[in-house]
Amino acid sequence: MSGEKGAEGKRAVLVLGCPQVPIQTSIALYLAAHLRKKGVEPVIAGNRAARLNAEVSDPDRHYTGSVMDIDRFIEDLADAKIRFDYYFIFIHNDAGISYAATVQSITGATVVALIYGEHFQDMADAIEFPCEKIAAKAVHNPMPLKKKIDEVLPWVVSNL
Amino acid sequence: MGCIESLKYEIILRGASFKECRDYVRTHCSEYYDVKPGFRIFEKAVIGVPPISVGLDGDTVTFPYTKPCYGTFLMRIDDHEEAERIRRIAPGKKK
Repeated sequence: MSGEKGAEGKRAVLVLGCPQVPIQTSIALYLAAHLRKKGVEPVIAGNRAARLNAEVSDPDRHYTGSVMDIDRFIEDLADAKIRFDYYFIFIHNDAGISYAATVQSITGATVVALIYGEHFQDMADAIEFPCEKIAAKAVHNPMPLKKKIDEVLPWVVSNL
Repeated sequence: MGCIESLKYEIILRGASFKECRDYVRTHCSEYYDVKPGFRIFEKAVIGVPPISVGLDGDTVTFPYTKPCYGTFLMRIDDHEEAERIRRIAPGKKK
Protein backbone atom coordinates (compact mmCIF):
# COMPACT_ATOMS: atom_id res chain seq x y z
CA MET A 1 0.00 0.00 0.00
CA SER A 2 1.55 3.28 -1.06
CA GLY A 3 0.41 6.20 1.03
CA GLU A 4 -0.04 9.77 -0.12
CA LYS A 5 2.75 12.03 1.05
CA GLY A 6 1.90 13.36 4.48
CA ALA A 7 -1.19 11.18 4.92
CA GLU A 8 0.40 8.00 6.32
CA GLY A 9 -0.72 7.13 9.81
CA LYS A 10 -3.61 9.56 9.78
CA ARG A 11 -7.19 8.65 10.66
CA ALA A 12 -10.45 9.65 9.04
CA VAL A 13 -13.96 9.26 10.40
CA LEU A 14 -16.86 8.66 8.04
CA VAL A 15 -20.02 9.84 9.81
CA LEU A 16 -22.94 8.05 8.19
CA GLY A 17 -26.51 9.28 8.09
CA CYS A 18 -29.71 7.28 7.96
CA PRO A 19 -29.16 4.48 5.42
CA GLN A 20 -32.44 5.20 3.62
CA VAL A 21 -30.60 6.54 0.55
CA PRO A 22 -29.19 3.50 -1.28
CA ILE A 23 -25.82 4.95 -2.30
CA GLN A 24 -24.65 5.71 1.22
CA THR A 25 -23.11 2.31 1.91
CA SER A 26 -21.41 1.92 -1.47
CA ILE A 27 -19.94 5.41 -1.28
CA ALA A 28 -18.79 4.82 2.30
CA LEU A 29 -16.97 1.62 1.31
CA TYR A 30 -15.53 3.27 -1.81
CA LEU A 31 -14.26 6.22 0.20
CA ALA A 32 -12.86 3.94 2.90
CA ALA A 33 -11.01 1.89 0.26
CA HIS A 34 -9.48 5.00 -1.31
CA LEU A 35 -8.48 6.44 2.02
CA ARG A 36 -6.70 3.19 2.82
CA LYS A 37 -4.81 3.39 -0.48
CA LYS A 38 -3.60 6.81 0.59
CA GLY A 39 -2.42 5.45 3.94
CA VAL A 40 -5.35 6.87 5.93
CA GLU A 41 -7.16 4.60 8.41
CA PRO A 42 -10.95 4.94 8.04
CA VAL A 43 -13.31 4.65 11.02
CA ILE A 44 -17.06 4.46 10.42
CA ALA A 45 -19.51 6.12 12.82
CA GLY A 46 -23.23 5.59 12.40
CA ASN A 47 -26.39 4.31 13.95
CA ARG A 48 -26.92 0.56 14.17
CA ALA A 49 -28.57 0.20 10.77
CA ALA A 50 -25.96 2.28 8.97
CA ARG A 51 -23.11 0.37 10.62
CA LEU A 52 -24.67 -3.00 9.84
CA ASN A 53 -25.13 -2.05 6.18
CA ALA A 54 -21.41 -1.33 5.97
CA GLU A 55 -20.37 -4.41 7.96
CA VAL A 56 -22.59 -6.84 6.04
CA SER A 57 -21.35 -5.39 2.73
CA ASP A 58 -17.74 -5.89 3.81
CA PRO A 59 -17.74 -9.10 5.89
CA ASP A 60 -13.97 -9.52 5.86
CA ARG A 61 -13.41 -5.88 6.76
CA HIS A 62 -11.27 -5.13 3.75
CA TYR A 63 -12.45 -1.54 3.75
CA THR A 64 -14.44 -0.63 6.83
CA GLY A 65 -12.00 -1.20 9.68
CA SER A 66 -13.26 0.08 13.01
CA VAL A 67 -16.87 1.11 13.51
CA MET A 68 -18.44 3.09 16.32
CA ASP A 69 -21.88 4.18 17.44
CA ILE A 70 -22.72 7.72 16.34
CA ASP A 71 -23.96 8.75 19.81
CA ARG A 72 -20.71 7.52 21.37
CA PHE A 73 -18.78 9.36 18.64
CA ILE A 74 -20.47 12.68 19.49
CA GLU A 75 -20.10 12.16 23.25
CA ASP A 76 -16.39 11.33 22.92
CA LEU A 77 -15.89 14.27 20.61
CA ALA A 78 -17.61 16.63 23.07
CA ASP A 79 -15.42 15.28 25.88
CA ALA A 80 -12.30 15.69 23.69
CA LYS A 81 -11.55 11.97 24.10
CA ILE A 82 -11.19 11.44 20.36
CA ARG A 83 -9.99 13.47 17.42
CA PHE A 84 -9.43 12.55 13.77
CA ASP A 85 -7.34 14.02 11.00
CA TYR A 86 -10.26 14.07 8.54
CA TYR A 87 -14.02 14.28 9.08
CA PHE A 88 -16.30 13.11 6.25
CA ILE A 89 -19.96 13.72 7.03
CA PHE A 90 -22.65 12.04 4.90
CA ILE A 91 -25.56 14.44 4.39
CA HIS A 92 -28.89 13.83 2.70
CA ASN A 93 -31.21 15.47 5.23
CA ASP A 94 -31.39 18.21 7.84
CA ALA A 95 -30.05 15.89 10.54
CA GLY A 96 -26.88 15.39 8.50
CA ILE A 97 -26.32 19.15 8.43
CA SER A 98 -26.74 19.24 12.22
CA TYR A 99 -24.14 16.50 12.68
CA ALA A 100 -21.70 18.24 10.33
CA ALA A 101 -22.14 21.58 12.12
CA THR A 102 -21.66 19.85 15.47
CA VAL A 103 -18.42 18.18 14.41
CA GLN A 104 -17.12 21.42 12.90
CA SER A 105 -18.05 23.45 15.99
CA ILE A 106 -16.55 21.03 18.51
CA THR A 107 -13.32 20.26 16.66
CA GLY A 108 -12.72 23.50 14.76
CA ALA A 109 -11.65 21.29 11.86
CA THR A 110 -12.69 21.76 8.25
CA VAL A 111 -15.17 18.97 7.71
CA VAL A 112 -15.89 17.43 4.33
CA ALA A 113 -19.62 17.37 3.63
CA LEU A 114 -20.63 14.59 1.25
CA ILE A 115 -24.03 15.79 0.06
CA TYR A 116 -26.30 13.53 -1.97
CA GLY A 117 -29.90 12.44 -2.35
CA GLU A 118 -32.92 13.91 -4.10
CA HIS A 119 -32.61 17.29 -2.36
CA PHE A 120 -28.84 17.62 -2.47
CA GLN A 121 -28.89 21.21 -3.73
CA ASP A 122 -31.24 22.38 -0.95
CA MET A 123 -28.99 20.68 1.58
CA ALA A 124 -25.85 22.24 0.09
CA ASP A 125 -27.45 25.68 0.08
CA ALA A 126 -28.53 25.32 3.72
CA ILE A 127 -24.95 24.83 4.91
CA GLU A 128 -23.63 28.20 6.02
CA PHE A 129 -20.70 27.11 8.19
CA PRO A 130 -17.23 26.67 6.70
CA CYS A 131 -16.66 23.24 5.16
CA GLU A 132 -15.63 21.50 1.98
CA LYS A 133 -18.70 20.43 0.01
CA ILE A 134 -18.76 17.45 -2.33
CA ALA A 135 -22.29 17.39 -3.74
CA ALA A 136 -24.11 15.45 -6.43
CA LYS A 137 -27.62 14.27 -7.18
CA ALA A 138 -27.03 10.63 -6.34
CA VAL A 139 -29.82 8.48 -4.94
CA HIS A 140 -29.69 5.00 -6.49
CA ASN A 141 -26.70 5.47 -8.78
CA PRO A 142 -23.48 6.26 -6.89
CA MET A 143 -21.49 7.34 -9.96
CA PRO A 144 -22.16 11.12 -9.83
CA LEU A 145 -20.86 11.31 -6.25
CA LYS A 146 -18.05 8.82 -6.92
CA LYS A 147 -16.80 11.04 -9.76
CA LYS A 148 -16.81 14.08 -7.49
CA ILE A 149 -14.91 12.16 -4.83
CA ASP A 150 -12.33 11.05 -7.41
CA GLU A 151 -11.81 14.68 -8.41
CA VAL A 152 -11.51 16.09 -4.91
CA LEU A 153 -10.12 13.39 -2.61
CA PRO A 154 -6.43 13.84 -3.52
CA TRP A 155 -6.70 17.55 -2.69
CA VAL A 156 -8.61 16.84 0.54
CA VAL A 157 -6.04 14.33 1.77
CA SER A 158 -3.13 16.60 0.90
CA ASN A 159 -4.55 19.88 2.18
CA LEU A 160 -6.83 19.30 5.19
CA MET B 1 -31.70 8.33 23.75
CA GLY B 2 -29.82 7.39 26.91
CA CYS B 3 -31.00 9.09 30.06
CA ILE B 4 -33.41 11.40 28.22
CA GLU B 5 -35.55 8.40 27.26
CA SER B 6 -36.02 7.57 30.90
CA LEU B 7 -37.38 11.04 31.67
CA LYS B 8 -40.94 12.20 31.19
CA TYR B 9 -40.75 14.26 28.02
CA GLU B 10 -43.13 15.94 25.64
CA ILE B 11 -42.38 16.23 21.93
CA ILE B 12 -43.31 19.68 20.62
CA LEU B 13 -41.98 19.36 17.06
CA ARG B 14 -41.22 16.12 15.23
CA GLY B 15 -38.99 15.79 12.15
CA ALA B 16 -38.26 19.49 12.32
CA SER B 17 -35.34 21.41 10.86
CA PHE B 18 -32.73 22.95 13.15
CA LYS B 19 -34.01 26.38 12.08
CA GLU B 20 -37.63 25.54 12.95
CA CYS B 21 -36.53 24.44 16.41
CA ARG B 22 -34.50 27.60 16.96
CA ASP B 23 -37.39 29.81 15.79
CA TYR B 24 -39.90 27.99 18.01
CA VAL B 25 -37.75 28.37 21.12
CA ARG B 26 -37.09 32.03 20.47
CA THR B 27 -40.74 32.76 19.83
CA HIS B 28 -42.48 30.64 22.45
CA CYS B 29 -40.18 30.35 25.47
CA SER B 30 -40.07 33.04 28.13
CA GLU B 31 -36.26 32.86 28.30
CA TYR B 32 -33.72 31.30 25.99
CA TYR B 33 -30.00 30.75 25.89
CA ASP B 34 -27.83 30.22 22.82
CA VAL B 35 -25.38 27.35 23.29
CA LYS B 36 -22.82 25.64 21.11
CA PRO B 37 -23.03 22.05 19.89
CA GLY B 38 -21.65 19.73 22.55
CA PHE B 39 -23.27 21.70 25.41
CA ARG B 40 -24.76 19.11 27.75
CA ILE B 41 -28.49 18.98 28.40
CA PHE B 42 -29.64 16.11 30.61
CA GLU B 43 -26.06 14.82 30.30
CA LYS B 44 -26.26 14.47 26.50
CA ALA B 45 -24.15 16.55 24.13
CA VAL B 46 -26.59 18.63 22.10
CA ILE B 47 -26.37 18.35 18.31
CA GLY B 48 -27.22 21.15 15.91
CA VAL B 49 -26.22 24.15 13.88
CA PRO B 50 -25.01 26.95 16.14
CA PRO B 51 -26.41 28.97 17.70
CA ILE B 52 -28.63 26.33 19.30
CA SER B 53 -31.40 27.98 21.28
CA VAL B 54 -32.45 26.29 24.53
CA GLY B 55 -35.66 27.57 26.09
CA LEU B 56 -36.69 27.85 29.72
CA ASP B 57 -40.13 28.47 31.19
CA GLY B 58 -39.76 28.17 34.93
CA ASP B 59 -38.55 24.60 35.44
CA THR B 60 -39.38 23.49 31.89
CA VAL B 61 -36.45 22.96 29.52
CA THR B 62 -37.13 23.07 25.76
CA PHE B 63 -34.32 21.81 23.54
CA PRO B 64 -33.62 20.09 20.19
CA TYR B 65 -32.71 16.43 20.01
CA THR B 66 -31.37 15.04 16.71
CA LYS B 67 -31.27 11.45 15.44
CA PRO B 68 -29.93 10.49 11.98
CA CYS B 69 -33.12 8.81 10.71
CA TYR B 70 -35.75 10.95 12.37
CA GLY B 71 -34.38 14.45 12.06
CA THR B 72 -34.71 16.82 14.96
CA PHE B 73 -37.29 16.63 17.73
CA LEU B 74 -37.99 19.65 19.85
CA MET B 75 -38.54 18.28 23.36
CA ARG B 76 -39.80 19.68 26.62
CA ILE B 77 -38.92 18.27 30.04
CA ASP B 78 -39.81 19.58 33.49
CA ASP B 79 -36.74 19.46 35.68
CA HIS B 80 -35.89 22.09 38.28
CA GLU B 81 -32.24 21.09 38.69
CA GLU B 82 -31.51 21.04 34.97
CA ALA B 83 -33.27 24.37 34.39
CA GLU B 84 -31.24 25.98 37.17
CA ARG B 85 -28.02 24.38 35.91
CA ILE B 86 -28.63 25.84 32.44
CA ARG B 87 -29.37 29.29 33.92
CA ARG B 88 -26.15 29.05 35.90
CA ILE B 89 -23.72 27.87 33.21
CA ALA B 90 -25.19 28.60 29.76
CA PRO B 91 -23.05 31.30 28.18
CA GLY B 92 -25.49 33.77 26.68
CA LYS B 93 -28.98 34.63 27.88
CA LYS B 94 -30.85 36.14 24.95
CA LYS B 95 -34.29 36.73 26.40
